[in-house]
Amino acid sequence: MRSGSNLEQALESGRFAVTAEIGPPRSASAERIRTHARQMKGCADAFNLTDNQTAMSRMSSIACAVVLLQDGLEPVVQMTCRDRNRIALQGDVLGASALGVRNILCLSGDHQTFGSMKEAKNVYDLDSIQLLMVLRRMRDEGKLWSGDELEVAPKLFLGAAANPFADPFEYRVIRLAKKIKAGADFIQTQSIYDMQRFERWMSLVREKGLHQKVHILAGVMPLKSHKTALYMKNKVSGMCVPDSIIDRLRRASDPKEEGIQMCVEQIQHLRDIEGIRGVHIMAPAWEEKVPEIVRRAGLSSIS
Amino acid sequence: MRIIGFVCEHGGASAFRLAGERKLELPTEVALISLPCLGRLDVMHILRAFREGADAVFVAGCLEGNCHHLYGNIEAAKRVEQAKRILEQVGLGKERLEMFHLSSDQSWKAKEVAELMLERAKEIGESPLGVRG
Amino acid sequence: MIVGEQKPLEEIFRMLSGHERILVAGCRSCVAVCHAGGEKEVSILAEALRLRASLANHPWKVEEITVERQCEREWVEAMGPLVKGKDAVLSLACGVGAQTVQVLYPRIRVLPGLNTSHMGAPDMPGVFVEKCGGCGDCLLHLTGGICPIARCAKSLLNGPCGGSQNGRCEISPEVPCAWDQIVRSLEAMGRSDLLEEPIPPKSWLTARDGGPRRTVIPTAVISEEQRKMKGERP
Repeated sequence: MRSGSNLEQALESGRFAVTAEIGPPRSASAERIRTHARQMKGCADAFNLTDNQTAMSRMSSIACAVVLLQDGLEPVVQMTCRDRNRIALQGDVLGASALGVRNILCLSGDHQTFGSMKEAKNVYDLDSIQLLMVLRRMRDEGKLWSGDELEVAPKLFLGAAANPFADPFEYRVIRLAKKIKAGADFIQTQSIYDMQRFERWMSLVREKGLHQKVHILAGVMPLKSHKTALYMKNKVSGMCVPDSIIDRLRRASDPKEEGIQMCVEQIQHLRDIEGIRGVHIMAPAWEEKVPEIVRRAGLSSIS
Repeated sequence: MRIIGFVCEHGGASAFRLAGERKLELPTEVALISLPCLGRLDVMHILRAFREGADAVFVAGCLEGNCHHLYGNIEAAKRVEQAKRILEQVGLGKERLEMFHLSSDQSWKAKEVAELMLERAKEIGESPLGVRG
Repeated sequence: MIVGEQKPLEEIFRMLSGHERILVAGCRSCVAVCHAGGEKEVSILAEALRLRASLANHPWKVEEITVERQCEREWVEAMGPLVKGKDAVLSLACGVGAQTVQVLYPRIRVLPGLNTSHMGAPDMPGVFVEKCGGCGDCLLHLTGGICPIARCAKSLLNGPCGGSQNGRCEISPEVPCAWDQIVRSLEAMGRSDLLEEPIPPKSWLTARDGGPRRTVIPTAVISEEQRKMKGERP
């Protein structure tokens, strides 16, 4: 065990794991995080806290993680390379670890021109792969990247993202391999709608034996309407949404219910793909639906 | 009123020459500056014409796609646009400047261009930079 | 080359207000190539200023000069006779040129007529694209001859990120994804293996982050004595 986190235990035991995403509020009150915690407790092994998602300032992912810990939920702290240099990132990881955070997801981060403060200066001192290298050294060698010894090394379970729907397609598996080489213990994928492309990617992953070197959690995101689906398809870079999904939502009498049902079906399908060790559910501003999705997908056996 | 016309030897200048030969009456306020090709025309030349008191300036080159030197008229059109932007920003307004395309036998059109620009200058009024006396 | 763009006239007029004797100073190097500060642009801007002065009753008296390289003292020193008596030099060189003028004429106000944009090259006539980030530690040999520091929106060294789609960057469909180009370039030269090894955190010490940079070429440095012989100022 590298970190002893729930998530690590679940994945190492071979049980199909569930993680879910919680979006920190644009607020100085943690009330909404506590509400989400109450709603979602017990429905997943760990809960991702996004890091200033879409490049907009929100409550810090580490602060939210501590709120979750107080309520007995296990956090996955997302860290992007957009806003902090290696000095701040390593310092924050030490602090997070001291407060009980074990799972860290290393990301490059959305470019700040997506957010409400486009004119901000970005950092990108490291990229996501380099952040993995740095955090692995902290954990395994008990050293900062500079080589300075740490008094106590952090216990970390290191995650990274993979997007099988971005281009160039053939490179996506090479990039996954690179992330594993750099220190990723688990992978959460971009939300999957184009099942064919995902399976094509997974077969390349298996061909290289990567599914045996890393725990892959397949990402899903329930859609509220065909308009949301169209937005995902047209406006979100690195997203594939097949027309059949958009049509199904357009035809549905209750699109929200249809979206949930589709998500449940996707989870059931993904579960049977060789090499998939769990599912990562992202329902931004719709977090309260996650327990229902988990139950309906038959994943309610979680601790 | 003083109107300056930058014309190219092949299109504009020939059309005006033909107008003269055909005894078409051209406004006396118009003075022409003939260039071998409008590709030689510079934004600075246009601005200087205004600084020296022109009430309006026009640029007349060959028909589009018909430049004797291939792209001279296209280049000139871009510079006229640039000069218009500058004239707007310095506060003289862009209406005092216009680009035209003439073929060498369009004497009637040459007359129209000259009259149109004189008419326009009269509408806008004398240039505040004009040297009077 | 250094790519610059002329500031809007409105801004230039505002900077010049309160000044009378103005020298518009251009540079025949990079900024002449990018149509921003060469002899032609100097003449147009000077003419525009004269027009503005007459129309708005500014007391501006505008003269012009364009030197070979405004970033080098020798050329800027030669401007001396024209700078004399002026109370502002409107520099149409890059920021480097403008600063060289200021160093040599410390009593005169040097105003920037250009925004210095980037180090780039013409992609096609009239279109200049940023190519180099000036990080001081070139790694083009690892990236198929395409600089990810300047060309990737996130300066990723192990890209492309999850936002790359159809060869375009996530920030805009107008922007090509540098890493998509890198992947293709390395494929074309049969060196895709270079994509597989993680590139570790980069030292930014040689970049601007390490403080203002200074490059010394020992063979070109001259002694105090030689300098005196050449009659140069210390």
